[in-house]
Amino acid sequence: MLNPSSGNTVIKSKLIGRRMFLLSAAKAVVMVGIIGRLVTLQINERSKYKTLSDKNRFREWKLAPERGVIKDFFDKEIASNEQVYQVHLIPENSKDIEKLFVRLKTILNLTDNRLVYLKRVIAKQKPWEPIIVSDNITWSEFSRLNLFLHELEGVKPVVSVARMYPDNSSAHILGYVSQASVKDLETKKYLKDLHVPGMSVGKTGLERKLDEKIIGKIGFQRYEVNAFGKRVKQIQINEGQAGESYKTTLDFEVQKYTNELLKDKAAAVCVMDVYNGDIVSMVSSPGFEPNEFVHGLDKKYWNDLIKNELRPLTNKTISGLYPPGSTIKTLVALSALENGVIKPLDTFRCKGKIELYGEKFHCWEKDGHGIVNLRKGIQRSCDVYFYEVARKLGVDRLSETAKKFGLGKKVLNGFIEERAGVVPNTKWKKKFIGQNWYLGETLHSGIGQGYFQSTPLQLCLMTAQIANGGFEIKPRIIFDEKNNRLRDYIKYKNENPNDPLPTDLLLSNFELKPLFKNQEHINLIKDAMFSSSNEPGGTSYRHRWENKKFTFAGKTGSSQIKRFTEAQREAEVKQESLPYKDRDHALFVAFAPYNNPQYAISVLVEHGGSGGKAAAPIAKKVIKKVLERHELRKKINSLIGESV
Amino acid sequence: MFRARSIQSSLSLKDKILSIDYVLVISIFILGLLSILAMYSTDGGEFKYHTNSHILRFFVFFGMFFVVSFIQIRFWHSQSYLIYILFFILLLGVKYFGLTSSGSKRWLDLYFMNLQPSELMKIGLILFLAKYYHRVSIENINQIRYLFLPVVVLISPIILVATQPDLGTSLLIAAGGITVAWLAGVRVKFFAISGFAFLALLPIAISFLKPYQKSRILTFLNPERDPLGAGYQIIQSKIAIGSGGLFGKGFLQGSQSYLDYLPEKHTDFIFTLFSEEFGFFGSLFILLLYALIVWRIVKIGNVTRSNFGKLYCYSFATAFFIYVVVNMMMVLGLLPIVGSPLPIMSYGGSSMMAIMLGLGIAMSCKIYKDTPVN
Repeated sequence: MLNPSSGNTVIKSKLIGRRMFLLSAAKAVVMVGIIGRLVTLQINERSKYKTLSDKNRFREWKLAPERGVIKDFFDKEIASNEQVYQVHLIPENSKDIEKLFVRLKTILNLTDNRLVYLKRVIAKQKPWEPIIVSDNITWSEFSRLNLFLHELEGVKPVVSVARMYPDNSSAHILGYVSQASVKDLETKKYLKDLHVPGMSVGKTGLERKLDEKIIGKIGFQRYEVNAFGKRVKQIQINEGQAGESYKTTLDFEVQKYTNELLKDKAAAVCVMDVYNGDIVSMVSSPGFEPNEFVHGLDKKYWNDLIKNELRPLTNKTISGLYPPGSTIKTLVALSALENGVIKPLDTFRCKGKIELYGEKFHCWEKDGHGIVNLRKGIQRSCDVYFYEVARKLGVDRLSETAKKFGLGKKVLNGFIEERAGVVPNTKWKKKFIGQNWYLGETLHSGIGQGYFQSTPLQLCLMTAQIANGGFEIKPRIIFDEKNNRLRDYIKYKNENPNDPLPTDLLLSNFELKPLFKNQEHINLIKDAMFSSSNEPGGTSYRHRWENKKFTFAGKTGSSQIKRFTEAQREAEVKQESLPYKDRDHALFVAFAPYNNPQYAISVLVEHGGSGGKAAAPIAKKVIKKVLERHELRKKINSLIGESV
Repeated sequence: MFRARSIQSSLSLKDKILSIDYVLVISIFILGLLSILAMYSTDGGEFKYHTNSHILRFFVFFGMFFVVSFIQIRFWHSQSYLIYILFFILLLGVKYFGLTSSGSKRWLDLYFMNLQPSELMKIGLILFLAKYYHRVSIENINQIRYLFLPVVVLISPIILVATQPDLGTSLLIAAGGITVAWLAGVRVKFFAISGFAFLALLPIAISFLKPYQKSRILTFLNPERDPLGAGYQIIQSKIAIGSGGLFGKGFLQGSQSYLDYLPEKHTDFIFTLFSEEFGFFGSLFILLLYALIVWRIVKIGNVTRSNFGKLYCYSFATAFFIYVVVNMMMVLGLLPIVGSPLPIMSYGGSSMMAIMLGLGIAMSCKIYKDTPVN
């Protein structure tokens, strides 16, 4: 056995060789298998693994962009940014998050609710994504935090910027910003790739309208991280882009002044340039403090706001709907003139009431106005005169004129809170109420009651379009160098009083759209409004300006909330003695200066009683303020080439 | 004794040097250099501990390779049993005096290095069985009583190593031993029977497995089962290799490795690192070098006269091949992570020592190819 014969050895070595050959074949197969696997991983699936590798490698931290500022007409920032001190936390950098929260709670005075909220947020997001523990802490808290920082692993003190409103007078039109809600993220497409924890989005007003542009472009820091989440090096940094800044047509000084005037009232004021539609002022009262919304709203403050009966959160200038009341009489008269239904000197006798269709229609002047023509009808705001006019005119023709002048539709672009209001007619009633029109309702419409609903901005626009001679303008709040050419037209007319060119051609040269058939009718209405404000017996005579520089022409209005009962009427119940909620809304519209109209104004005081008493005095003061600033405004307008 | 036999040899030093297989030597050397590059990359592009000590080991054991080569094949044949017994004693020593690290006892502290006798046993077993089957005549090979000794010398070290516990190495030792027996002509029947016996005993064996070993097998079957736990290694390794693409990310640019996503990058996953940095073509080149080494050893087996030499070379070549493919298949996600180093490339002194010893003996077969062993 130990000495095998040589033949044996040869047989054995042949056997070994044979078996080795089999093994070698098997090896070749395995080799091919391994190469195949390499081909699969490194060639066929390389992009998949490349992505996975990059995912491992890079982590991005997004940087919230700085919100663009909003300025007034004179470049004063009315929505600006301020430096704030914040506390951020990256959960994965903390070894013991529970302990950390206990420490933070004492250092920053966090509430238990806040802690619960923070823990919920942490559970939802990736461990390396920072959360904001506090987004606005005081300097002393911030320095205390820095003192303890060495024992607060994962905590990062951050100096950031946040929205700051220097004044709350423009709170409604500016709107406010607040943390993006789940709904915001779902519905607003532009937020999709934009969301950073702690980023504010515009919720109402201009902040919302301009949000997409003003919010800016998000920045990011891309870091290479190792398997333990530690940042190894910065790969890329993109500062993002601050949002676009916007200049508005608002005058901050007027805003402040008006807001002060409206203090403690539920009221609204709009002021508009009658030639280019620039909104000079737009104030709603009572206001709210927009800065409160920026850093997470206090619950009590929020509850106070939504429970307040004066509705401080509503922008009454564009979302408040009120019957236009007697302010509509300007349009009723104009419509009647334009349609040839009446002549200016046609008269009716007002005995304080008329009976028609088995119903009594009262004039606000119980004893009646006697013989009334158009001028006197507007001056005294005689209801009976307008009942008669409306009856002759009919509601459909009235609604046509009213719509032309901007009632019943949204007149400002892009404000979700704006409402359209209602200009009723027979078709409208059939469609929305499902009933036929009663002739009596035409009479109510003739004095701006019944179904009529309008916003103070619409009334302001209506007045502005009367004031400018009856040309269409578009209200605007964002400053725009492109001007309506109405001023050029007026200038041309003044310089060439005997221009032989036909008016039609002239108007088309200046790209103007007249709202009248005969401009003389517009002048008649303007004259009647003048008398209402400046001649004895006019409804706002007591609140006129003697100074020609400020003289305005206006029209009062009171929109009824509740119909007077016959008994109340007999007892001559005064508005002041009614419960607050039952009092009429006071309205006043005007334009000034009368000789050379520049601005139109509308004033609404909710439950203020009569327009002459409650609304006109406010208008008087605001008009003065606006006109005092007219020269300043003119300078800027002339810089952009607007002829005055 | 060793000196006396060496003198007896009729070959001059010049003859010996001329009969060295230079293709094999150069392949080993290139592989060694590549392994140093890879090691340098695991140290983040600096000469740090792993690189320096790998360079030292490679050159020391590469030198040992030449020494072993020049020793007569007759010596290796005659001392085969003794070498096996020596390694076996070292294994027993591990059981009693071994160093424990991460839950297993594999190393002996030799002051200048930590020796892992299970690595040496890979060669020891092949040597033993090659000699044994060289001596058993062809008629007796398939007789039960001649199977007894091989089974004992095979099973004993395997059990010792498996209970360290080191499942991977014990299986690789077994692979070498089984190869010798099969090449020597042991009937397929016996392998089939023992295979079935193994399968029958498998449930019992599994009950002895440590939880981490069970988890590794389950994870291999479904790596996504626990992506941050046991499956993490396989997933990260596949990501590294796959993201290397055709040409790789470049030397020192393997993000998976230098950002520590790659586990055990010095040892078991060194191929992953190389493949990430040098891509498909780099990997193919490494594979080619290994194939070249295997082929040259097989070629030595073809030319060597003695059956001992043939058995040894064929078996060692096969075992070497198995070590390589098991490691590669492991990092490519084709086999469970069993913990087996890649010959020459991986960091580890004992593995390097064992492989160089094995290669040296193969080279000795080449130099003394015409020398009868007994």
